[in-house]
Amino acid sequence: MPGSRAEPAARAARVRPRWWIVALVAPLLIFLIATFVLPVVMMLSRGVSDPELPQSWPRAAVALRQWDGAGLPSDALARTVAGDIVAARRAGTLNRVANRLNYDRVGSRSLLYLTSARLAAGAKVGGLSDLAAIDPRWRDRAYWGAMRHAAGPSTSFYLLAALDRRIDADGRLTKVPADQAVFVDILLRTFKISAVVALLCAALGYPVAYLLASLPDRKANPLLILVLLPFWTSALVRTTAWVVLLQTNGVVNGLLEGIGLIDAPRQLLYNRVGVYIAMTHVLLPFFILPLYGVMKGIQPSAMRAASSLGAPPLTAFARVYLPQTLPGVMAGAIIVFTLALGYYLTPALVGGGADQMISGSIAFYTNQSLNWGMAAALSLLLLLPLTLMLFAGRTLARTVPA
Amino acid sequence: MSGYRSPADRAGRAVLIGFCALVFAFLVLPILAVVPLSFNPSAFLVFPESGLSLRWYRSLADSPHWTRALINSLSVASVTTLIATPLGTLAAIGLSAMRSRAKPMIVALLTAPMVVPVVVVAIAIYFLFAPLGLVNSFTGLVIAHTVLALPFVVIVVHAALQGFDYELLRAASSLGARPATALLRVLAPLIAPGIGAGAVFAFMTSFDEAVIALFIAGPEQKTLPMQMFEGVREQISPAITAAATLLVIASTLLLGTAELLRRRSDRLRTGRS
Repeated sequence: MPGSRAEPAARAARVRPRWWIVALVAPLLIFLIATFVLPVVMMLSRGVSDPELPQSWPRAAVALRQWDGAGLPSDALARTVAGDIVAARRAGTLNRVANRLNYDRVGSRSLLYLTSARLAAGAKVGGLSDLAAIDPRWRDRAYWGAMRHAAGPSTSFYLLAALDRRIDADGRLTKVPADQAVFVDILLRTFKISAVVALLCAALGYPVAYLLASLPDRKANPLLILVLLPFWTSALVRTTAWVVLLQTNGVVNGLLEGIGLIDAPRQLLYNRVGVYIAMTHVLLPFFILPLYGVMKGIQPSAMRAASSLGAPPLTAFARVYLPQTLPGVMAGAIIVFTLALGYYLTPALVGGGADQMISGSIAFYTNQSLNWGMAAALSLLLLLPLTLMLFAGRTLARTVPA
Repeated sequence: MSGYRSPADRAGRAVLIGFCALVFAFLVLPILAVVPLSFNPSAFLVFPESGLSLRWYRSLADSPHWTRALINSLSVASVTTLIATPLGTLAAIGLSAMRSRAKPMIVALLTAPMVVPVVVVAIAIYFLFAPLGLVNSFTGLVIAHTVLALPFVVIVVHAALQGFDYELLRAASSLGARPATALLRVLAPLIAPGIGAGAVFAFMTSFDEAVIALFIAGPEQKTLPMQMFEGVREQISPAITAAATLLVIASTLLLGTAELLRRRSDRLRTGRS
């Protein structure tokens, strides 16, 4: 009987979606595709597209792409580049090429501005030696390599840069100089912070979920509010609360001094300790709630059976209960880890300079340095492990019998 | 799970309860601690307090920055709710009746804004809006917040529709009701608590949202969370604790309401009273 009433309708719908269903869902789909899917795809593609030089130097871009990159460029290529410098200066697009080239090769901007000024003043370029007469850097292959990398239409430049790698003038993959290599550190730090927070949440959350699940509803429901209250309160408010509490002369330091645990106030803010405390606090309910759901579904009779067969409580717990809760633990840990990977507010407010996560770099390249290619490449690097984690989580959920 | 036999069991249980009490304290006390701090008359954020005062609440009310931010937040959240609730509700109704193979894909698409880190959503929308002139605009902020709020509306309303008997709609139409009438007079009352909960979630999503606002709202659209973020970043004044207290109360009341509505809609659909 159950389900039978929906059968004919369901069969009809499988054949052909009814028009009114399409009409109901379509507005939302159109809205989300226009405001979410397309923007994300367009943004990510910026991480591998390289439009500045081809748009501003159309002829030079073609010539640079055809050049094999070995040795110094021909006189013809030098003339084409010089011609496009003049044209771009007139069109007002030279600064975009200059900025783009400067990401790859510092000094390119000054080289282009100086050269364009001299060309505007009437300098003629018949070949490479004329450019070199304007500025000897035109004989440096590194600048020509940067131009060739930027000739588009697609580039691995930003993605490689996000991994602290670059392609040098000879076409080899090399590490960037140590003083510029920051991204691998930030990536590893982001993973480390997220993993530690997930572990802390598991350590604090497992016993709580266990207690809640083992109590009768009458007792568990009021306690559940203690988990839901922080869940409902915004992360910004909770992070703010921690900034207030963890200040040098704040409540926590006062308390620790009061009970004699420390002699002088400790630095708990703008360092890793503060980040761990605040992020664990923000994300702990995301671990407890799914695990609690899994634990509620476990039959207590299995534990009773184990102990009636003579298993000591710890053995029964370790061999009967714990394995059944592992899918919940994995689910909670994956949720916490993936949420932590992309966290922005808490590290920005509670962390010091050495605790900023990848989201902070993305914000920096979007708002301050306006290097959108870099912001997009970092976003791509952030989404990649996240997708893998979610996929792993789903596969796990499917393979582990419920 | 009662009736512990050995003292070791009882000791283990005591350790468990003690540990959990500490975790509960860790979860709740930081949020509760800002409340008394906000009634502190002094400019220092310390316990014990030297008395009770509404000084910091008055300073919020007197500050054009904070009142402006509150008005902005309320209006952005209201318009977001007005767009997200009908859009999400209609889609949820469509999805619950849908048996097509496209359904899992649509659901995945819908929940994606909840999974993709909000920084990534923020810059994607920023890159889209910048050439359209929608950065630093009320419209832009509302659109972006609607993207974030939609999944909540669809999920909550969809849950309320689970097990809804579509025969009821057929019965209504056999009695002569037009489809729109049947939806409004038969389906809508049954899932009203679910729609209400979805609307509250949409409102809170926008009202609490800071990251997207930081990227795409201009000084004219500064919201309460933005004002708070800047306040915490620049210099912590006790006024922040007053604002935090108000936000804690607002979100507790609103999301508590949403939770009650959701449970009510659960009861409605499972037929238990």
